[in-house]
This record gives sequence, structure tokens and C-alpha cells, in this order.
Amino acid sequence: MSFLMPLRIEKRASDSQVMAVLSPLMAMILTLVTGAAVFASLGHAPGEALYTFFILPLSDVYGWTELGVKVAPLLLCAMGLMVCFKAKIWNIGAEGQFIIGALGGGYLALELAAFESAWALPLVLFFGASCGLAWAALAAFLKTRFAANEILTTIMLNYIALNLLLFAVHGPLKDPDGYSFPESALFSDFTMLPLISEDYRLNISVFFALAAVAIIWTLMARTFIGFQISVLGEDASAARFAGFKEKRLVWFSLLVCGALAGLAGVSEVSGPIGQLNPYVSPGYGYTAIIVVFLGRMHPLGMVGASMLLALTYMGGEMVQMDLSLPKSITGLFQGMLLFYLLACDFLIGYRFVARGHLTGASDGS
Amino acid sequence: MNRIELHNITKRYPGCIANQSVDLVVAAGEIHALLGENGAGKSTLMKIIYGVVKPDAGHILWDGQAIAIKGASHARDLGIGMVFQHFSLFETLTVAENISLSLPPKTDANMEALKARILSVSERYGMRLDPDRQVHSLSVGEQQRVEIVRCLLQDVKLLILDEPTSVLTPQEVTVLFRTLAQLAAEGCSILFISHKLDEVRALCDTATILRNGKVSGDCDPKVTATSDIARLMVGDETPLNENYVKAEPLDSRVSRLMVKQLSARALDAFSCPLRDVSFDVKSGEILGIAGVAGNGQEELLNLISGEQTSAASSVLFDEVQVGRLGPAERRQLGLGFVPEERLGRGAVPNMSLQDNTLLTAYQSGLLSAGGWVQTNRVVSYARSIIERFNVKTAGVSAPAKSLSGGNLQKFILGREILQNPTILVCSHPTWGVDIGAAILIRHALIALRDQGAAVLVVSEDIDELYAISDRIGAICDGRLSPIDSVSKVSIGQLGQWMAGDFNGPELSGVTAASQQNNERELSV
Repeated sequence: MSFLMPLRIEKRASDSQVMAVLSPLMAMILTLVTGAAVFASLGHAPGEALYTFFILPLSDVYGWTELGVKVAPLLLCAMGLMVCFKAKIWNIGAEGQFIIGALGGGYLALELAAFESAWALPLVLFFGASCGLAWAALAAFLKTRFAANEILTTIMLNYIALNLLLFAVHGPLKDPDGYSFPESALFSDFTMLPLISEDYRLNISVFFALAAVAIIWTLMARTFIGFQISVLGEDASAARFAGFKEKRLVWFSLLVCGALAGLAGVSEVSGPIGQLNPYVSPGYGYTAIIVVFLGRMHPLGMVGASMLLALTYMGGEMVQMDLSLPKSITGLFQGMLLFYLLACDFLIGYRFVARGHLTGASDGS
Repeated sequence: MNRIELHNITKRYPGCIANQSVDLVVAAGEIHALLGENGAGKSTLMKIIYGVVKPDAGHILWDGQAIAIKGASHARDLGIGMVFQHFSLFETLTVAENISLSLPPKTDANMEALKARILSVSERYGMRLDPDRQVHSLSVGEQQRVEIVRCLLQDVKLLILDEPTSVLTPQEVTVLFRTLAQLAAEGCSILFISHKLDEVRALCDTATILRNGKVSGDCDPKVTATSDIARLMVGDETPLNENYVKAEPLDSRVSRLMVKQLSARALDAFSCPLRDVSFDVKSGEILGIAGVAGNGQEELLNLISGEQTSAASSVLFDEVQVGRLGPAERRQLGLGFVPEERLGRGAVPNMSLQDNTLLTAYQSGLLSAGGWVQTNRVVSYARSIIERFNVKTAGVSAPAKSLSGGNLQKFILGREILQNPTILVCSHPTWGVDIGAAILIRHALIALRDQGAAVLVVSEDIDELYAISDRIGAICDGRLSPIDSVSKVSIGQLGQWMAGDFNGPELSGVTAASQQNNERELSV
């Protein structure tokens, strides 16, 4: 192999701060290059296709409001996930918590169809967030009581959540007047989130997301519980040594994430969708994982990352309309982004050096 | 003839020069000491000889021939054997299996023949080994024998040992030295890395002393005064005053920390169960517990810190039963704790000193009522640790991992001491710490003792325990030896205790009496 590889891999003496920032940018560039190649191989001019995917969706005010519609759920889920990931609790379950929040909140919205009060909406939102929280509590219980790996339990709970939703919209919550489509009745106006402008779909859930950014940022940077979460993730034995209650922190992190994802879910059905159907989430809970890592777990970075990932949803729809390409190109771009990000993150801890060039890897002791 | 000669060896790492124009000559059959503090460049030099690290400049002669050592396997082919401080053994494999893994692949894989060779070699050099034992069931001393025998099987001409005695009892050290002397007499050169001067004096023919990556001197350790060698190691600035004062007689003092009939099951195959451990530490005394690593120290300390819990009445702080309480509650009752692992338990490597201050000092007024971190107070607390304990660092926002071992230990100890603990537990307080920092740390422990705190020190460094402890004992195989005043326990007695022989002839009468004493105090 050595004659084929003029470079070899070497561990850096310490992690590169520069690469930590450069890595997401490199991942984006590589995604664009590969994306261009994909478009070219499908017979489209790459420049034009990329323009259609990334620029065209934001060419008018409507596009920007639609971006906000998608940023809101992504950012809510991502802020919750960031708390878990900071503690190295690998919660993959934001998708399920999102769906259960939508299902629970949607159920209450349907029950309250005749409740014409300003209290209806807060009740629905609160109940939706609580349902997401309860769903995350299952994973927290399994992890703290039986030491069940949260990656497995949360993924499985995602499928259970999806099937509960499918059961509900095909069965008990199906609109009796809906010609047997698997959809609920439309929610009443009293359980719908107020729109920011009557001309667009953007509603106040984007403020929930921005509030979540501020609150979670403060929590992690200024409070002792946030500090404990960071310590638990950085160094679990130091957390035990210091006397932090690990189980309590696991519960807290997962419940925060569940509540935020649940709020995202109920905001989606009480907002742009306005009813329950099998497609309440286009994978926001999964995409939010990419948001967290692309944003380097920093609130501001995550705001930027959520906008980029929201754009991939819109770009997918745009190339479907303009270029007759499948909408699943969205998933392709998201996948490439994560793949390249993980690959580039390797360069934070390692570097390539030319063979024959002598450098040392260990410390100078 | 000279076995190996290093000339003008220089090795630079980003931000530091590990070795600068180092010359080292080891003759055939010579036992050569390489002395120096942590960070002086000993390990880098060893890695260069073993081919693991390539020097930036300089050249090496092996048996008079210029040579570039290409890697560890090349070094082994030449006849260079190395016993690292941290063993590279698979604990779930047998001795013979471990050794067969390290032999060159072309060697015949006949296990029975290998076992016979292991037996004959190990007996020839007075280090008996059973080739069929699994490594995890061996003592640390025996594991070291596996590493040495592994080198001897390959016709070794230069054996490098990196701090080999740090894990051994005094008796095991004697056996090791006999083996090394025998090897040298047969013509094998030995490079012995250490910072313990008395061992070097006892064993070695010549010594090379490194400081800050440079050779600061060569000498004959049997002739040169210890203080002169120490001065070469630490330089002129560091004070070498080690005048530690013992505590006043203890009879009337109250027991601050009591451990009563503490037993604990082993948590996994590699941990050591505790068997009926009882002792107490009084206000204003330092109790030293000696022992070879892995004999229950870690388990005992976890049970005192609260990271593991026991029956409530097994551990008492100032007569409060704390066996069931967690670390935070025990800290509230006045416990300070300095663990063996500085990075990755005592401090979070990637977090700043400021955050690492908060890690355990959070009960010292650094939080407001609502759980908000009072950043200003944390910063000034961190600053006062750095100032009072002379921690050399870029500042409070420097990550813990950027500190040298000694400075980090001063920081951790300072963080615990500034919380005014009534009980301070220290595990290996000066392990891997340079002499200057070690002296400061020991004086800080004594100052805390003189303020009336009860201090428990668990260490493998017997000299240190004798220097600072008021009473001393040893732990072996999860059982605690009798404990007695330092002046009444000879080194030989302590060595017997460390090896698990608690009923030695020397002190049996005193032992019974002192235990009765302890019991009387407990019942008061």
C-alpha cells in the first residue's frame, strides 16, 4: 500500500480548532461538488440545477417565509438534541417525540373542536409537548433503570410512534367525512397557531424556536445543570467523582428534548398542516441531528445549519417541479452533508503528512 | 566495546524540544541509569532508541556501526528489549499466549516448546513464572516478569526498563535487581530509567541525568552525593528542602474518618474485593496506606469518596454514618478528595481550569440560589488556587490537559484544600510529579493536617509515606494490615505487610495492642 499512498495519517498533538470550524464548510463544498456531479449524470446542467436547488427557492419573500416554516421544527428538535448530545446521550428519537407530540396535540385539538376559547391553543400546545416529553421518558426510564442503549430504544420508539400515528389516522381519528382518506378532520381556528402575516404560512412557531435557542443557550452556558450536562458528556468519571447525579441528568436531558420535539410536532399540525395525516414529519427529527453536528453544537451555528437543512427540503421540491427530478434528492443532499461532515471531522483530530516526512505523534515527554 | 552510542540526538515537537543534542553511551554489560524528572525527555529518548520515534538530528551507533533504527520490530531484531511502564499484555490470555504473540511470526508456533523455554528462562533468572496462568490473575510484579521474560526469549543485548520499580514491593525490587545484575554479568546492557536516586545508587554503574531535554551531567551514582545528583535533575532554582514535621502525639484527638468492618464484593473480574477493612484517621494526623496497585486501594477509595456506597455504618465522618451517601453529600460533610487519575476524573481534560474549579467547589458559594453559576466568583476562586499553589498555567481559561502533571496536581489539591476539608483523601498525590511540585504538595498536606484535618494518603511511594505520614499501614489483597506509628514500623515490616503477611514476628504484640486501642477509641 505504501507506494500507492504518498500520504499517511498522523494523530495531531491536540485537536485543531481551525479544522473544527473549517470542517462544516469543507463538507458543504464537497456536497455541492458531488451534487453537481449527480445532476450532471442525470442529464441536467449542474450549475443550473444547483441554482434551482439552492438559490431559486429563496428568490422571493414567500421562499423566505417557507424557509422559516421549516426552520422552526428543525431548530426546536435540534436544540433539544443538542442538550442530549452534550451529555453524550445519543438520542435518535426526536422524530418519534415529534410524531407523538403531533399525535397527542392533534388528538386534543380534535377533541376541542367545539371549544371556542383562547385557552384551546395553549392547552393543545402544552399537551403536545407533554406527549413528546412522555415519549422521551420511556427511553430515559429504559436507560436509567435497565441500562438499555438509548440509540436502540429511541430508534425503535420512532417506529412505534409512526405506527401509532398511522393507526390513528387510519382508524379512530380518521375524518368520518373525509372520503376514507387517512386524515383527520381539519382543526378549528381556535387550535391553530396565529400566522405572522395572512399572506404566508409562516406562524409564531418560529418564535418558539428562537426562544428555545435563547433558553437552551442560557441553560448550557450559565446554569449549573447545563455545566453538569457538559461534564457528564466530556468525562463521565469526573461527573461521578464530583457527585453529579448521572441518572437525574439523563432524565433531564431526554425530557427537555422530548418536550421541545413534541412542541415542534404539535406546532406542525396546528400550523402549516392543520390536521393529522401520515406525513406530519418529513424526517425533521432525523434532519435535526445533522443540524446539531453541522452547527458544531453551538446555538448560533445551529441556527445557520437549520436554515441550510431547511433549504434542502425546499430545493428538493423545487427540482421536482422545475426539473422533474424526484423529491428524494433532499435526502441525498442531507445524507451527503452528514457523510462529508463526519469525514472532514476526522481532520480535527488527525492530519495527513507526506510519507518520509518525519514528525512525532506523541507529546514531548 | 560500546553497545550503543547516541550522538547529538535532537527531537522537536510542536512547541517544545524533547531532546536537544543528547549524547548517551552504554557499554556492553553495563547497567546505565537515565535520570530525570517527568518531562525531562527520558521517554522520548527511549522511544528513539526503540525505533518508535525518529530523531530530527543526530546519529546512533549500535555495536560500533552507524544505524538507523526503523521501528520497534527492527529494534527487537537487533536485540533491543523494552519493558514499558504500562504493560502491553492481554489480561484474558495466558502468559505463554501473550509471549507467543510478541515473537516474530517466523518462529515455530509450538506452544509446548515455548512453555518449556519460558520456564527455563524464568527460573534461570530467578523470576519464576507459570506459563499457563492467565495474566489478570498475576500480581503487577509478576506481569512485569512476563514483559522481561518476553524480552529475554529473544536474545536481548540491550534491555530498557522504564520506571520498573514503581509498581513493586521492596522485596520484589530486590529480586528484580538480582536478575538485572545477573543479566549484566552475562554481557547484556541495561538502561534503567528512574527518578529514585537510592535505587540508581544501589544498582547502576553509571548515570546520565537529563533536564529539560538536555544532558545536565554524567556521574557514577555510587560515588556522587545524592544531593548533587538531585541538583542536576531539578536545576538550581528548585528548593530541595524536605524537612517534614511529624504531628504531636495523637492520644486525645478525635477520629474524623472511621471505616468499620468494610467489605465489598469485586465488581468485575479485574477488581479486588475488600475484606473486613477497619481503620480510623484522627484530626491532625496523616495516615499512610502503602500497597502495590490493584490490591483494593481503588475500591476502598471509591467507598470513601461515595462513588460507591456501602452499609451506612461502615463509613463515618465525624461520627455521622455516610456509607449510603453519594459524593456530593459527603463533600458537604467536609470531605476533600484527590483521585489517582488527574485527567479524566480529578479534572475534565478539555475543560478550562475555571470550569474544573466549579467541578468540585460548587458547594463553596459559587452558585446562586436558582442554580446559576456565579462566573466572577468561580474565576476568582480559580485565580486564588493558581496563586496560592503556584500553578504554572496560561490562565484560568487554559484547558486542564494543557498543564503538566505536577501543575495539574497542584491545581486539584489546591481546589480541594481551599474548600477547607475536615477529611482529605489523597491517592498517589505525587505520582509522576516533578520534585519541586512534590515538595510543595507534601508541605500543603502537612499544613492541612496542622489545621486539624484528618488526611488519608494512599500511595505506592514508600519513601513518601514514611516522610509525611504519622501512622502507616499497608493493604494487600483487599485486607488491611495493622496500623502503627511510623517510627514503630520498619521498612521490612511494611514490605511484609504489602506482600500480605500480617502476622510477621516483628510486631505481633504491638499489633494486638494497637488494635485494642483503636477499638477502645471507637467505643468512646
